[in-house]
Amino acid sequence: MNKILFILQREYLTRVKKKSFIIMSFVGPLLMAAMFVIPVLVATMEDDEQLKIAVLNEGDTYKDKLKNTEAINFEYVKNKSLEQLKADFFKKEFDAILSIPSDLESSPDKLTIYSENQIKLSTLSYISNSLEDEIEAKRMSIKGINKEMLDSIKTDLSINTITWNEEGEENESSTELSMAIGFISAMIIYMFIFMYGAQVMRGVMEEKTGRIVEIIISSVKPFELMMGKILGIALVALTQFALWIVLTFAIVMGANFAIASGDKQPTITELSQGTSTANVEQMLEKSDSGMAGIMKKIYNLPYGMILFSFIFYFIGGYLLYASLFAAIGGAVDNETDTQQFMLPITVPLILSIIMVQAIIQNPNGSIAFWFSMIPFTSPIIMIIRVGFGVAWWEMALSMFLLIITFIGTTWVAAKIYRTGILLYGKKVTYKELWKWLKY
Amino acid sequence: MSLLSTENVIKKYANHLALDKVSISVEEGHIFGLLGPNGAGKTSLIRIINQITAPDEGKVYFKGNVLSLKDISQIGYLPEERGLYKKMKIGEQAIYLAQLKGMPKHEAVEKLKSWFRKFEIQDWWNKKVEELSKGMQQKIQFIVTIVHEPKLLIFDEPFSGFDPINANLLKSEILNLKAAGSTIIFSTHNMSSVEELCDEIALISNGKTILNGSLFDIKNQFKPNIFEIQFAKSFNKMEFAMNSFFDLLSVEHQKNDIISTKVKLKENATTNDLIQIGLKAGTILSFNEIIPSMNDIFIDIVNQQGKKQTA
Repeated sequence: MNKILFILQREYLTRVKKKSFIIMSFVGPLLMAAMFVIPVLVATMEDDEQLKIAVLNEGDTYKDKLKNTEAINFEYVKNKSLEQLKADFFKKEFDAILSIPSDLESSPDKLTIYSENQIKLSTLSYISNSLEDEIEAKRMSIKGINKEMLDSIKTDLSINTITWNEEGEENESSTELSMAIGFISAMIIYMFIFMYGAQVMRGVMEEKTGRIVEIIISSVKPFELMMGKILGIALVALTQFALWIVLTFAIVMGANFAIASGDKQPTITELSQGTSTANVEQMLEKSDSGMAGIMKKIYNLPYGMILFSFIFYFIGGYLLYASLFAAIGGAVDNETDTQQFMLPITVPLILSIIMVQAIIQNPNGSIAFWFSMIPFTSPIIMIIRVGFGVAWWEMALSMFLLIITFIGTTWVAAKIYRTGILLYGKKVTYKELWKWLKY
Repeated sequence: MSLLSTENVIKKYANHLALDKVSISVEEGHIFGLLGPNGAGKTSLIRIINQITAPDEGKVYFKGNVLSLKDISQIGYLPEERGLYKKMKIGEQAIYLAQLKGMPKHEAVEKLKSWFRKFEIQDWWNKKVEELSKGMQQKIQFIVTIVHEPKLLIFDEPFSGFDPINANLLKSEILNLKAAGSTIIFSTHNMSSVEELCDEIALISNGKTILNGSLFDIKNQFKPNIFEIQFAKSFNKMEFAMNSFFDLLSVEHQKNDIISTKVKLKENATTNDLIQIGLKAGTILSFNEIIPSMNDIFIDIVNQQGKKQTA
């Protein structure tokens, strides 16, 4: 037992001290943080230049209906024809010319904008939205509908989703939130199983092809060497994961602070949710429960359960696959030979990732049930279902099956590993592996 | 007293018998040569002694008791297929391997440093293995094998990869270890080093022990009773050839008028009979018994085995 600790320690330290690990630990969070930070930076940069648009509107039918924004400045031009404006365009007085026909409401396809460079989509949609509102208002007044009447008819529905259990406890939950958490957790588990499973395999192959293994197993049992390696790399994975969370959080918070203190721009957290302060207020007005309700929904997710099952399936899934990866590494002599044995291992993993979409749509269907029971897919499928609520017996059965299978695959892997690591220069077939199991 | 012995060890693999009732006995403080052609089963036997694999039948005894996992720390093994972690620093790696043999860290550091001083390689301590040449790596490997001061050392082709100077250094270290009381199992195809180092040998072929005993006894057993007698100048061939004690095999005129003859002594004849006849035939310059080298014995026996197998 003591010797497993030495092996574990070596496996852990040599990997954590590697440059690639340190780089990955920083680059990973940077990439993740960039997903939040860059849109905001782009948004703040856009504001640097104001777009100056000349508006040509015969008869002033839409005069002053386009409000200036921080990004766009509309200037109504009189006494000049479109041809004159076009002729003078390259004097760079304006960035674009917007031509609004006087009878836009009856010929909406005649709205035209001229520019040297392509106009941004956000600018175009701002113009069309503003004018659409105006046209609607005009048409309404023609048909004799007034605005108050319309507002009183309009409804905005949001469904409250409430789950409850046999004890009668009711939980207000959010399907979107469950989906997001399930999806992200599944992706992380998938990614880590692949990344670190492959590391186990490469580690075993390094020892075999480097001819170190015979020296080591004259001191420790092959099983101890294999388990020490699997557990050591598991710790590396957990370390990396923890670093990513902490660093991503730190970078996002840091950037948030820097930008927010720079000027009065909306903060990243607000923008990343796609909501400016105004929007949030609007949302709150619409929603009966308001801010407190949203908080309640977030609070009501089964966090303890999600966290527990995430850690369980993260470790369980890794252990299950890592032992198989170790067996492959032990059986083959070089990287190219791994392909034929990798296939049966990667198929269930990739299958479960393909199914994620279907499971999210129907987290309690029979497909979801069965694939969350099969231990080779359960680490990814079950974690998606947890956010939506899973019966305790299903959870227990799935975990039990995972543990049993993990013990089984480790036993099988140890047998293959034990024989394989001492065989050099032999191309191994499935038939051969089957024989090793019976030694 | 024997430190290690095997008793009718049998090891089967899927389609062949690697070891067929192999019994050897290694005396404490001796160097034991384990010989045999490629694929004879030497590595299988060594792996069983190292408890890397277990025998299907038969027993292995260490210090009189059945070999068990606790004996691992008393055995040092330098396998034929050997290597080190390329990216790991040499000092760290040596400490790690010593710890796996059950050595406490501080003791490992102390012993390793003194060995590094002895081999004058202190400045390698913080280098990575990949920075060293193959021969340099072999030195580290040797140190790692012996640093935990095991009672039993197993060297499988220890001289491969060494230049003659370092091979001699290694040879003298092996003799030092023997003098300090270690028992050594030495497996090699290099027969001259067997003759230099070994006290006893066992020859394994096709999974069977076909020779086992002290180097001296075996050489005696295989000497062909051939003698070389050199005469100065004149030599009466007729007189020398006509006798009932031996057969004259060859006569060769060498430079400086030396005549060299080879004879095979018949059974019941002694060397004295040979010399008496020689004295009558001419002036004897020298008299030698031709003793076969281990190389000759090895080739002879393995070839005989092969013929028996095919017959």
